[in-house]
Amino acid sequence: MNAQTSFSSKEIQAASSDQYLNGLLKQCQGQAVALQDSETATWLQQVRDHASSSLAQSSMPTKRDEEWRFTDLSPLMQHDFQADGEASVAPSTVEGLTLPEASTTRLVFVNGVYSHQLSDVTDLPKGVYVGNLSCMSAAHTYRLQNYLAQQEGSEELFTALNTASLTDAAVIWAAPNQIVETPIHLLFLSVPGETPTLSQPRALVVAHTSASLEVIEQYTSLSESENRPNTGELPARQGELPARPYLTNAVTEIWAEENAQVTHTRVQQESQQGFHIGKSAITQSRDSRYTCNAISFGARLSRHNLDVFCHGSQSDTNLNGLTVIRGEQLSDTHSAIAYTTPHCTSDQLHKCIIDDRAHAVFNGKVFVPKAAQLTNAAQLNRNLLLSPKAHVNTKPQLQITADNVQCSHGATVSQLEADELFYLRSRGLNESDARNLLIDAFAAEMLQRIPTPSLRKTLSASLREGRGQKAEGRG
Amino acid sequence: MIRENSNVILSVRNLTAEVEGTPILNGVNLEVKAGEIHAIMGRNGSGKSTLSKVLAGHPDYKVTEGEIIFQGENILEMEPDERSLKGMFLAFQYPLEIPGVSTLDFLRVAYNSQRKQQGLEEMDAFDFEDLVEEKLELVKMDPSFLERSLNEGFSGGEKKRNEILQMALLEPALGILDETDSGLDIDALKIVANGVNQLAKPDNATVMITHYQRILNYVEPDYVHVMRDGRIVTSGGKELAQELEERGYEWIEEEAVSEVSAQ
Repeated sequence: MNAQTSFSSKEIQAASSDQYLNGLLKQCQGQAVALQDSETATWLQQVRDHASSSLAQSSMPTKRDEEWRFTDLSPLMQHDFQADGEASVAPSTVEGLTLPEASTTRLVFVNGVYSHQLSDVTDLPKGVYVGNLSCMSAAHTYRLQNYLAQQEGSEELFTALNTASLTDAAVIWAAPNQIVETPIHLLFLSVPGETPTLSQPRALVVAHTSASLEVIEQYTSLSESENRPNTGELPARQGELPARPYLTNAVTEIWAEENAQVTHTRVQQESQQGFHIGKSAITQSRDSRYTCNAISFGARLSRHNLDVFCHGSQSDTNLNGLTVIRGEQLSDTHSAIAYTTPHCTSDQLHKCIIDDRAHAVFNGKVFVPKAAQLTNAAQLNRNLLLSPKAHVNTKPQLQITADNVQCSHGATVSQLEADELFYLRSRGLNESDARNLLIDAFAAEMLQRIPTPSLRKTLSASLREGRGQKAEGRG
Repeated sequence: MIRENSNVILSVRNLTAEVEGTPILNGVNLEVKAGEIHAIMGRNGSGKSTLSKVLAGHPDYKVTEGEIIFQGENILEMEPDERSLKGMFLAFQYPLEIPGVSTLDFLRVAYNSQRKQQGLEEMDAFDFEDLVEEKLELVKMDPSFLERSLNEGFSGGEKKRNEILQMALLEPALGILDETDSGLDIDALKIVANGVNQLAKPDNATVMITHYQRILNYVEPDYVHVMRDGRIVTSGGKELAQELEERGYEWIEEEAVSEVSAQ
């Protein structure tokens, strides 16, 4: 596993890419299926084997691959990630991470492993199941076979890697006509251990005909000092222990059946040493409505693949994104909306705030084939650069073969306006307050779209905190 | 109102400034005392708006000579926020639209910056809302304005009234109005003029930069100055404005030219 770092010639590097992937794959296959129902276990094993075999011909992407042109994975490949990341977390530690709106509709996974102790689904609304796959009864699991790992694009390398290790998943299942008022919180915690940890969380959300639900998918990490049980001793100062690298490779599949509505808020706040690869795959049936609020603040290197497949007329898709990065962070968002039927609408606004030497990538595809006449699709990517070394690659990519559609796309890159700063400062705001007000305003447009008030509040606070730490560091 | 022995609030001496190497103020002299209202008039490009921006500390303008004494202190080295906290207020000719910042939040942050400077506790959201609603009366603005993003989608008149509202909250020692009257219909002009009149007190002063004589029918200046080529070429009482309205700027320019040639 360590071999790949010691070679230098090109041919050997190409081979070592495979070797690296094989190493990851072995980690996946080491995990056993432990399901009560043997029929489902057999089926799941087939799904895993299929994913494993699809990976046999693959190799780790490089910058020569069009989809990875701007995102170099070599920092990730310097580590040997191990999938044995069992860690115990005291309930008191996660108190600050739970949401009052979802206090009894919460599933918690630690390093990808379901934690019964930290989860709370004691007061679920009627008509909705929230739980994990391995605790489901056989009578229920067989129903998942048409949904789990059945989305288009499942052969994509990191998605297949996740599927190859699929032993458990968070499952949200709303019966037809069920209006679920309470948001459902899926909290994925990373607790990095002695060796670099590999976690591969999986979630499945199914909203049946005319059902309506809101899901919050959140990725965050606990440093070792934060996870120390409260012994009355003074907590270790942050920064004494260097943060440890880990890799989260997450896949979430969402099915919005006919006339269903799913509001999906995805928050990625991994640690500054974490690597995060995430896939959101959504299939929308006719008349369904899907909204995604994708927030990306964390990770040293992160990639979000957001694929929406619209199979039915009059589906409505709203994609909102906010990336806020600094230091050496790299955050890459690749979205794609594919239409197959007429009369669908989509609206996408993705914003990035980039400071220091951080690097953002946005690629937004929209496919409008001949069969998808009367599509109305708008896409805009707006970037705010806060430092001369901040960097963004943006690429809107519309592929339209239908001739009667309304599609627009655009990208802007700007800095804080000197005149706006002067206006605010002429009212007595000092330079940093004026800057912060303008940056907050740029972010607020996206944060305001998050329907859960407590989450909205903590996210805007953590934005300010991040800048505060930076200001101290400079001073 | 001109009063004997009142304090000098602003004293501009031989002020020259340039923008990107182009001289744009060429030796401005101006003294403003407490209780006074000054009007500065002039054609487009005469330097009158530049003067207001230089006074407020706009970073695009470089002062090359002279000094600005404000409240007894040379403020040339001060940042725009320091000047504001010292009691200077510039009502912008084109107030900026800032999406995502609510008008109420902006007003509170500005107001509390000033309280902090004065060593007072910041005012909480509830008390502040009461205070603002009281001031809204002055400019006849609907409270629903407060929830909207700062100046976003405001009409020209609404933006200018918002500037006067800010001045009413911050109670500056010196209010500089940069063409606040331009582009207003007569109703909005009366509201703005009424606001300016009510805010004028014996211990503060107002400098109105204007392109049109019309506002001077509603706000009576103690002094009228005419700018040309980056300096004040003529000063007089309110009757000077009337004369400008009737005779245009040409006669002043001719006089200025003859004055220069006489030297």
